[in-house]
Amino acid sequence: MTSLPITLTINGHRHELEVDPRVTLLDLLRERLDLTGTKKGCDRGQCGACTVLVDGKRINSCLALAVSHDGANVLTIEGVARGEELHPVQAAFIAHDGFQCGFCTPGQIMSTLGLISEGQAGDDPERIREGLSGNICRCAAYGGIVEAVLEAQEQLAKSDRRTAA
Amino acid sequence: MRDFDYIRPATIPDAIAAAAEPGSAYLAGGTNLLDLMKGGITSPERIVDISRLPELNRIERLEDGGLRIGALVRNADLAHDAAFAKAYPMVAEALLSGASAQLRNAATVGGNLLQRTRCSYFYDTASACNKRVSGAGCAALGGENRLHAVLGWSDACIATHPSDFCVPLVALDAVVEIEGKQGRRHVTLAEFHLLPGETPQRENALEPGDLIVAVRLPAEAASFAANARYLKIRERTSYAFAVVSAAAALVVDGGKIRAARLALGGVAAKPWRARAAEAVLLGADANEATFAGAADAALADASPSGDNAFKIELARRIVVRALTSAQAGTPERLPALPASPFSSIPGARHDA
Repeated sequence: MTSLPITLTINGHRHELEVDPRVTLLDLLRERLDLTGTKKGCDRGQCGACTVLVDGKRINSCLALAVSHDGANVLTIEGVARGEELHPVQAAFIAHDGFQCGFCTPGQIMSTLGLISEGQAGDDPERIREGLSGNICRCAAYGGIVEAVLEAQEQLAKSDRRTAA
Repeated sequence: MRDFDYIRPATIPDAIAAAAEPGSAYLAGGTNLLDLMKGGITSPERIVDISRLPELNRIERLEDGGLRIGALVRNADLAHDAAFAKAYPMVAEALLSGASAQLRNAATVGGNLLQRTRCSYFYDTASACNKRVSGAGCAALGGENRLHAVLGWSDACIATHPSDFCVPLVALDAVVEIEGKQGRRHVTLAEFHLLPGETPQRENALEPGDLIVAVRLPAEAASFAANARYLKIRERTSYAFAVVSAAAALVVDGGKIRAARLALGGVAAKPWRARAAEAVLLGADANEATFAGAADAALADASPSGDNAFKIELARRIVVRALTSAQAGTPERLPALPASPFSSIPGARHDA
């Protein structure tokens, strides 16, 4: 099969690419675009390390063919901070030790961004745990992750109120 | 992954024509298909990407009071549709008890019906599997089979259907709307999935090229909204397939059961509608003795296909629990752990 032309907007930058139809969004990000922040864990949709936002929704990029997402808007961990200023979710993960080895962390943070925008969990730790159950942490930093999500939500709500005022 | 041709048709007739060619597979959310392709379990020569076909991503209320759910509606979008969750709470609960948030954002209604079994021998291309290679034998028989079927299995295949979503759907008389070369037709979900018999490779009523375009719920399905639950036993708290599950829905008036629906998941090659149990429930007093009688009726034909006799008793108990929960009333808000029998107090830890 010959390569197919696609266009993707990744972290605000438009990319015109030729891709083999077998290439997953994950492999495209890592191998072609050097965006290696998105991690390949299981490559089978079971661990969540490859989580990115596609058109604002969190998905497993390992189970997405790049060609099928032609035209999509993709946000990866590299596009979350504003220059040197960390996103509140990133800052909260550091403040609460929401990781140990860090391999699952980009996926955890992208999944948290999805969770917060979905607005289903609120400040209920049990709902946060359930909402992030698609992200496995082998270091078992789950306690810190839940604390980080709670604080990040609070910070974001405060800055929303400031913006609204 | 084997090389394939990639086609993205613009219309349903174009999609059907392309997919009718041998070696073709439809791609929608891709959450199951890509996994199968990576493992070499399926190797389509042609991928027909239907993810952008127009008009298949709508939820429509029908004039007769029924509901039509487009085949490309994402699992998460359906479960979080407020009107849908209010009218069919056990379907929303089942959806949210399945997979992870990431997968639910991608997986579609049509794809959920067509997902393949998670039998580990089906996934292991070095093992014999009649479903994967017709006539090859079944390594699960006599293998590691504690999670396999206890109803409707055959010596050719003891795999289960993994869907949560399909369990309350079959209880509510859902109908699958299919478009094919001969036009559009309706097949009840109860008849859509096939038991293995001697041909476990044939899993459903679809012919080559056939496309699921929608799933319909009849008007009556919404009449159970006040007393409906889906409960699911898993081997870990979340993000796991059902060991056994049950969808139970009741209409109770003056202590008597006026209408009842019951279906089981994780027990057979299809979502298992328990009609004999419904007959026991209908007109009876809504109490634990009745529910136990219904559970016995639901599992009357069950037999272990291996090291899984425990699932029969477990299924009886989840039936009683689901009926008891349904009678108690649909919760105002979905529990923190959807479908978990271990979660009762909102906000409390399941393991406290």
